[in-house]
Amino acid sequence: MNNEKKQNYRSHKRAILTRNIFVYILLVLISIIWLVPFIYLVAQSFCSVYVGTYFFPYLNLDIAKDMLAGEVAAGRILAEDIRPETFPIFTLENYADLFGGLTNNPSAFANTYPFYRWYFNTFIIALITCILQTVLVLGTSYAFSRLRFSMRKGLMKLILILGMFPGFLSLVIIYYTLKLIGLQGNIFSLILIYIAGSAMQYYIAKGFFDTIPRSLDEAAMIDGANKNTIFFRIIMPLAKPIVVYTLLLSFNAPWGDFMMGRFISGGEMQQMTVAVGLQTWLTKGQIETNFPRFCAGGVIVSIPIMALFFVLQKYYVEGITGGAVKG
Amino acid sequence: MAQQVVLENNLEYLSLSKPKRVLFKLKKFFTGIPKKIGNFFTSIPQKTRDSRSKFLQIFKNVAHAMTDGDYKTRLSFLFMGAGLVTRRQVFRGVLYFLYEVAFIVFFALVGFPSLRGLPTLGQMAEVSYIQKGGGDTVTSIMHDDSFNILLYSLITIALILVLIFLWYNQLVDSLRLQREAYIGRYASDKQTIRNVLDKSYDKTLLFIPMLGLALFTILPIIMMIVVGFTNYNAQHSTPTKLFDWVGMQNFALIFAAGGDGDSKLVLQVFLEVLLWTLVWAFFATFSNYFLGMIVAMIINIKGIKLKKVWRTVLITTIAVPQFISLLLVSRMFSDNGIINGIAGNIYNAITGNTYTNISFLGDRWLNKVMIIVLNTWVGIPYTMLICTGLLMNIPEDLYESARIDGASPAKMYFKITLPYMLFVTGPYLISQFVGNINNFNVIYFLSGGGPAFTFGTGTVVPSIISVTGVGRSDLLITWLYKMSVDSTAKEYGFASVLGLMIFAVVAFFSLIFYGHSNSIQNEEEFQ
Repeated sequence: MNNEKKQNYRSHKRAILTRNIFVYILLVLISIIWLVPFIYLVAQSFCSVYVGTYFFPYLNLDIAKDMLAGEVAAGRILAEDIRPETFPIFTLENYADLFGGLTNNPSAFANTYPFYRWYFNTFIIALITCILQTVLVLGTSYAFSRLRFSMRKGLMKLILILGMFPGFLSLVIIYYTLKLIGLQGNIFSLILIYIAGSAMQYYIAKGFFDTIPRSLDEAAMIDGANKNTIFFRIIMPLAKPIVVYTLLLSFNAPWGDFMMGRFISGGEMQQMTVAVGLQTWLTKGQIETNFPRFCAGGVIVSIPIMALFFVLQKYYVEGITGGAVKG
Repeated sequence: MAQQVVLENNLEYLSLSKPKRVLFKLKKFFTGIPKKIGNFFTSIPQKTRDSRSKFLQIFKNVAHAMTDGDYKTRLSFLFMGAGLVTRRQVFRGVLYFLYEVAFIVFFALVGFPSLRGLPTLGQMAEVSYIQKGGGDTVTSIMHDDSFNILLYSLITIALILVLIFLWYNQLVDSLRLQREAYIGRYASDKQTIRNVLDKSYDKTLLFIPMLGLALFTILPIIMMIVVGFTNYNAQHSTPTKLFDWVGMQNFALIFAAGGDGDSKLVLQVFLEVLLWTLVWAFFATFSNYFLGMIVAMIINIKGIKLKKVWRTVLITTIAVPQFISLLLVSRMFSDNGIINGIAGNIYNAITGNTYTNISFLGDRWLNKVMIIVLNTWVGIPYTMLICTGLLMNIPEDLYESARIDGASPAKMYFKITLPYMLFVTGPYLISQFVGNINNFNVIYFLSGGGPAFTFGTGTVVPSIISVTGVGRSDLLITWLYKMSVDSTAKEYGFASVLGLMIFAVVAFFSLIFYGHSNSIQNEEEFQ
């Protein structure tokens, strides 16, 4: 009897072990799938030239010659063809090119494409947008969640319906309107457009405010607080996750937005954001020379956002699970 | 579990099994449509009566101000805010008056000339000529600009509506203050400030967001709809050319009537793009949702170590801007990209034959599959993140009792996990679906919309298709983008019609979904 129990226990344990091994293999596979593109991004950013068949660059020319000796002997590659222009050799040139415009004698490439300027533009846009947008989004969400006024349901429905129109089309109109007042091709018009759309993004923060018990408001109201005080003194301290979430999201959006940025910049190099600028390097005929630079730019853009994300990850998760879904 | 809100306490409903319940709900929805439409029409008399009495009340109030108002109130008929300034509400009164002055100046200088030009949208375009005797090039000073006329007309109409609204408001306010003065209650500017922070706090908070919405969303949308009735495109681009009203011509184009070439092709292309848009939105939403949930469940399994590490690996995709990862992946899968390169090397080493590159993102069918697959790479981490927290919220005793009853893991998933998750993430799923209909980034960066549509030799392709460069993997939104930004033709008129079509599609699905989502219908229950 006892023996049988033991055996049962053992077979059960073995089943769990095999399951876990299987799960670990799966997880490692998933991790590889998700990490390989980023390793590729970093590896390519150090390449002297983009060649489709190479994942990593050769460390230097001598190593490349050594490793390709077999191919040369077989006559598949000519020895004099092994140059940095045709084989990916490790180099820091791509990074130097990105910020070359800041030095005294920039290269021709750095002269045409002011990456540092795009970076600075995007940073300014992201900074201003994230502060103003957060204020407006939270204000709107608070009003819809906590205040009761005659137009409330109507406005919420209106915003829902407006969100169904492809926002891009109104952009065409906005572009020509801005042109009328001479604001097109300007990063500040981009900021204006991002901020003006704040009201459309109330859903998640409102969902979060909805979960804060109303009795808190009522208690404060009995103590004589007005609605402004309730908002800043009662609700805000409880809503830290959603504040950070909104800040993080609105800070990240300009780095990835291509559609509006491209349209508003109107091809003006000095007024581009990183997304718009980097994409110009991947147009036809430019890929071989510019793909490594694109990768270097991608790495530089990703680092601060990634850092921010990892630091604030906790709030991000709390904000999105508290606001996006209600159970 | 928060499933109590489901339908009504219908015994017939409760006796059904899970899949039958869904069918029952659907049946109920569709059989309910005639009744809903009927209700709508039968409620019209009552509604018109209600709105008519509300409407009449406005006129009654105005007449009231005329007959019962003192000279201060009557003065506000002409000078907005007069009744407020003279009754100690100086701040508000002055604002009303300033609006009136600003409106009159605007109307005289811009509004009136624009409205006059609205029927024709301008008659004389800008012309440049060289002065007699070989002078400089001179541009005509007096000329019309259709775009300006249209835009300013709309702004003027909006300002007139605002004027009427404000005029009525200050009149009623003045009358109210007059009455309060009778009983010895006097208003002041201090009261205004108090109201701004308390009684009218909604207006304080919503003023700037709603102003932004009106100027940057509502006005452009109305303008866009109006442009749909014009022939605004590159050939009719202001200021050197004018555009004109063309009636329903752009709408007719999409429904296979009019236009040059084989007009049926426009409808055919439109329907194909629409179908792909819907297929894409469906698969993109649900593949991400289910795969993300499965990944979250795998990481959540008890006894699996390094949970944080696995999650962090996935979250890197969210942290890197989407355009970078998408462009990178599209390069990796391009015809002479690294995937083909490595596959070629391996194939070559094994068989010794030459390898022909697979066109992952260029083939008509393969690229659609690839787009959906690669999209899961972008989307799974998001769903994983959301699901992780929610999965932990499911009460463990539910699983415990299921296990005692001998339920298999699959059964537990379909009977406990899935219903709970679907209920809780309903709104998220809807917004994902709508977001995917308008998912510009994934399509534009992965395949660029290609490959191009090909037609049999001898067919005359309508210019609207050939100039906009629409491809077989284009969504409606990317077609729209190509039409108005990438192509030189800038077919704004047709683009606006297409935009309205997108609206119709999105509205259709949203209505069905929102009508069935419990957490949206029962908003107040969560507070």
